[in-house]
Amino acid sequence: MSAYILRRLLYALPILIGVNLITFLLFFVVNSPDDMARMQLGDKRVTQEAIDTWKAEHGYDKPLLYNAEAGGLTSLTDTIFFEKSLKLFAFNFGQSDSGRDIGYDIRQRMWPSLAIAIPTLLVGLAISISYALMIVFFRATYIDFGSVVLLVAMMSISGLFYIIGGQFLIGKLFHLVPISGYDHGLEALKFLILPVVVGVVAGIGSSTRLYRTFFLEEINRDYVRTARAKGLRERAVLFRHVLRNALIPILTGVVAVLPLLFMGALIIESFFGVPGLGSYTIDAINRQDFSIVRAMVFLGSVLYIIGLIMTDISYTLVDPRVRLS
Amino acid sequence: MPVILITDALIFVLIAVGIGFGLYAARHEHLRGPWRQVGRSPVGVAALVVILFYVGIGLLDSLHFHPLIEPVAQTAPGAPADQSADGQMNGTAQQVAAESSTDQGAVGQGEAPGSRDPSAAAEPTYSTQIISVLDLWLSGLRERQEKTFSAPFATQLFVKEAIEQSDGSVIRGYPRLEHGGAHLDDPSQRGVDILLRGLFGMVKGLIAWAGLMLTLVAMLALRWRQTFNDSASAIWRGETEAPWRVALSVLALMLVLSFVAAELAASYHILGTDKVGEDVFYQSLKSIRTGLVIGTLTTLVMLPAAVILGIMAGYFGGRTDDVIQYLYTTLSSIPGVLLIAAAILMLQVYMTNNAEQFESLVERADLRLLFLCIILGVTSWTGLCRLLRGESLKLREADYVQAARSLGVRNSTVIGRHILPNVLHIVMITVVLDFSGLVLAEAVLSYVNIGVDPTMNSWGNMINSARLELARDPVVWWSLAAAFVFMFTLVLAANLLADVVRDAFDPRLRSAS
Repeated sequence: MSAYILRRLLYALPILIGVNLITFLLFFVVNSPDDMARMQLGDKRVTQEAIDTWKAEHGYDKPLLYNAEAGGLTSLTDTIFFEKSLKLFAFNFGQSDSGRDIGYDIRQRMWPSLAIAIPTLLVGLAISISYALMIVFFRATYIDFGSVVLLVAMMSISGLFYIIGGQFLIGKLFHLVPISGYDHGLEALKFLILPVVVGVVAGIGSSTRLYRTFFLEEINRDYVRTARAKGLRERAVLFRHVLRNALIPILTGVVAVLPLLFMGALIIESFFGVPGLGSYTIDAINRQDFSIVRAMVFLGSVLYIIGLIMTDISYTLVDPRVRLS
Repeated sequence: MPVILITDALIFVLIAVGIGFGLYAARHEHLRGPWRQVGRSPVGVAALVVILFYVGIGLLDSLHFHPLIEPVAQTAPGAPADQSADGQMNGTAQQVAAESSTDQGAVGQGEAPGSRDPSAAAEPTYSTQIISVLDLWLSGLRERQEKTFSAPFATQLFVKEAIEQSDGSVIRGYPRLEHGGAHLDDPSQRGVDILLRGLFGMVKGLIAWAGLMLTLVAMLALRWRQTFNDSASAIWRGETEAPWRVALSVLALMLVLSFVAAELAASYHILGTDKVGEDVFYQSLKSIRTGLVIGTLTTLVMLPAAVILGIMAGYFGGRTDDVIQYLYTTLSSIPGVLLIAAAILMLQVYMTNNAEQFESLVERADLRLLFLCIILGVTSWTGLCRLLRGESLKLREADYVQAARSLGVRNSTVIGRHILPNVLHIVMITVVLDFSGLVLAEAVLSYVNIGVDPTMNSWGNMINSARLELARDPVVWWSLAAAFVFMFTLVLAANLLADVVRDAFDPRLRSAS
C-alpha cells in the first residue's frame, strides 16, 4: 500500500510541473512583467522608472529563465521562474502583490472555509441520500415522477439565485440570521447557518438525481432479486443491501472532493462575506493580484491530485475486489 | 453594410456542421433510431420547440451590420416622416453607444454631424456602430429609454425627483415616464389598457399560430397521404407517432406569450427598466445570444481536440496514450475557475495594453466572448477525452477492427470508418449534457467579473448589476426576475432534452428501464 502511494505521489510530480509551466507561461510569457506593472499602476502614461520600481519591489525585475549576469548555480536560481514558480513546490508562496504573506493568509483563512464546507457537505449528503432512497422506495409512482421533475427544475436554477433568494428570504424578510459577515469562535455559528443552508439547497438537485441513478442501478442486480426471493421486506432490501452497495460510488465520489473543500466555496463565501479561501481567491481576481491567483492554482492542483489518490485508495478499502497495482 | 464578427462566423460554421451531421445521421440507422426516439418523446419535443425559439432569436441577433445613416432631407426639415426617420437612426446609433457610456445625449449628438454633411447625401454613409437584425427589429424597445429604474408596467419613475409644476412651484414626486404608458392620459386607466392590449396580442398570437398549424397539418396530411381532416383529428387525439399535439401546444403557448409581450412592450416597459433606464425585456432578449454562444461554441471549440486526442490515446496506446493522458490530467487538475480567471486576467492585461487593436467595443466584447469559449473549452474537453479514450480502447479489440487491421487497412481509415462512427453517440450525449452547465457557468463567471465583457448583454451581467440594488427599499426585483425566467426556461428545456437524448443513446440505461 505505501509503495503504491509513493509511486502515485511520484507520478503526481510531472503533473505539478506541468501545472507550474502552464501558469508560468500564462503569467509571465504571454504578458511581460512590464504589462502587469502597467496594469497594477493603473495609468497608461506611467514612466518606465515607476514600472521598474514596482518590478523591483515585487521581485519581477529578474530575467525569466536564465540569469546571464549571475555566475554558477545562481544563474538558474536568481530568476523569476525559480523565485515565483519553483518555490511553490516547497509551499513557499511568497508575498502577494500587495505585500502580505500568502502562506500566512492561507493558514488563517482555511478555517472559515472548512467551517462552511464540511457542514454543507455532510448535511447535503444526508439529505440527498435519504431523499434519493425515498424516491427509489416509491419508484414508478407519482412521487417518483414529481420528485424527478422537481430535481431537474432545481438543477436548472443558477446557484446565484439560491444565494440571492436565501439572503433575501431568510436574512432580510424574516430577520432570522445576519445576512453576511463572520466572527471568531462560537459567535461564528449564526453567520454560518445561512451559507450552509444555501449551499445544501443549491446542491440537492444534481446530487439527489445522481444518487437516484446509483440506487436504481443496484436495484436491478441479481443479489437484490435474491434478497426479495428470500422473502425480505422491501425496507430491509433497500437499507441493508441496496443502500450499502450504492454507497460505494457515492462515497468514492465524496472522497475525491474532500481535499478541495479547503479551497472553499468561491461564490458563497464572497456573497456572505466569509473570510475564507474562496473569497480570498475572488478578491485576488478582482484586485488582479497575480501572486495569489498563482498560489491558489498550484494549491488547487495539489489538492486535486491528493483527491485522486485518495479515491483510488478508498476504492480498495470499501470494495475488496479492487486491487491496487 | 454587413459585418461578420468572429463568433458570428463560428455560429455559421456550427450550423453547417449541425446540418452536415444531421444529413449523416439520417443515413445511418444507429444514429437515426435514437433521434427518432427523441422525436417521439413528448418531453423531448416540447423542450426542442422551446430551444428552437431561443435559437431563432439568437440567430437574428447574430446577423450584424453597420446601419445606414440616412441623410437628412435638406428641402423640408419640417416633414414629419423624414424627421422621425432621422430621429430613429440617430437614436439607433445613440443607443448602441449608450451601452458603453451613460452619457447618451453627447454621444448621440456626436453621431449626427457626419450625416448632416451635404456630400454624404450622394453616397450612403454607414454608422460606425454595429447592430444586429434583432436590434433593428426591437429598435422600438431599444430607443425608449427612461432616466432610471421603473417597475414593470409602470407609468412613473421608481425614484422621486423634483418636478416643476405648471405654476412654477417645485414638488418632489414620481415623474411620469417618457415612454412607458405615455399614451395614457390618466395613469389609472392602465389596468384596462393592459388587459385590452394583452387580449389583442393574444388574438394576434392565436391567428399566427392557427396559420402555422394549418400549414403544418396540410403538409403532414400530404406526407401521410391522408385527407386534411383525418390528419387533423389524429393529431388532436394524440394518435400520431410523433407527439405533434404537444409540439403544437407548446408552439401555441410560445407564440401567444411572445405576441402578448410584443403588443404590450410597444407601449410599456413590461419588465421595467434598469439603472440607466434601459428596457430589461430588451436586455433579456439580447442575452439569449450570449448564453447560446457560450453553450454551443465552447463545445465546437473543444470537440476537435477532445475527439482526436481521445481516439488517438485509446487506439494507439503506448507512448501516445501516456502523453495524452498526462496532458489531460494536468489540465483537469487545475481548478477550472482559477484557470479561467488566470486566462481572462491575462486577456484583460493584453487588451488594456493593446487597446488600439480593437476597432469598436462590440468587436472587443466579441473577442472576449470567443476567448471565454476557448478557455471554457480547454477546461471542459478533458471529460469527453477520457470517455472517448476508454471507448476506443474497447473498440480497438473488437473483431471487425482487428480484421480491418490485419487486412492492412491504414490506421486513419480504421479510425475514420470503424472507431469514429461508433463513438459519435458519446460525443452527442456530452454536447447536449454540457450545454446547460455552460449556460449556468456564464452567469457565475460574469458575477466574478471573469465572464463576458461588462458591456455585453448577458444574464450574468444582469444578475450582477441587479444584486447591488436588492438593498434598496422597496426592492428592485425585476432585473433579477427577468434573468431568472429567461435563463431557467432555457436551462430547464436543455436539461429535459439532455435527459431524453441520453436515455435514447445510452444502451445501458435502455435495458435497465
